[in-house]
Amino acid sequence: MISVAAQMVIQGIVLAGIFLTALYALLQKDLLASALMLAAMSLLMSLEFYLLQAPDVAIAEAAVGAGVSTLVLVLGIRKTGRWEE
Amino acid sequence: MTRTFSRIVETVADFFLIFIIVFGIYIITHGHLTPGGGFQGGVVLAAGILLLLVAHGFSFARKIPEELLSDLEAIGGIAFILLASLGFGQSFFYNILWHEKLAFAEQVGRFFSGGAIPLMNLSVGLKVVAGITSGMFALSLFGGEES
Repeated sequence: MISVAAQMVIQGIVLAGIFLTALYALLQKDLLASALMLAAMSLLMSLEFYLLQAPDVAIAEAAVGAGVSTLVLVLGIRKTGRWEE
Repeated sequence: MTRTFSRIVETVADFFLIFIIVFGIYIITHGHLTPGGGFQGGVVLAAGILLLLVAHGFSFARKIPEELLSDLEAIGGIAFILLASLGFGQSFFYNILWHEKLAFAEQVGRFFSGGAIPLMNLSVGLKVVAGITSGMFALSLFGGEES
């Protein structure tokens, strides 16, 4: 079993990754890169749920966040334009 | 329609589709033993179908009739309610298949255990797959210049 301090460090790294990927997705003008970065944020979020011992929520978050919502955003980008005005 | 993604994307999507479908069916059928269940596995399966849609273009969505998806979703919902009302002798959602040892009544932890729960997971999975797929097909077919 991992010690509490190591768990705090791992969760700090994961939360910093979530923050940075969300910031990148917000500031990016390329919408396709933004959608993929949101998928990465969802994946880190599901890792965080798994670390907090909720594997059921982790599977749902990975499937919905990294799977379906990314594909919906890519579908919308294919319908419209790739670059933010 | 015009091809917007390269042949690499199409080939990789075709190759990984089979793994996504196997994983989704695994999550649904082992819903009563491991994390996951009908909703999660159904979303994974729907993500596989949407991957095919995004990689191959929207004309793929026209080949599947809307009535088929609508009927599948209705079958899933009706099967869930029927399974729940099997135990009306005791109460709604009473798991009579497990308590009377009718079916899926092996020891707890085996695959064929849990009574009505695996069957309910199957029906919820069917409903989620059909529902999300039909919604996304509708989104991809309406509007846009290349539809």
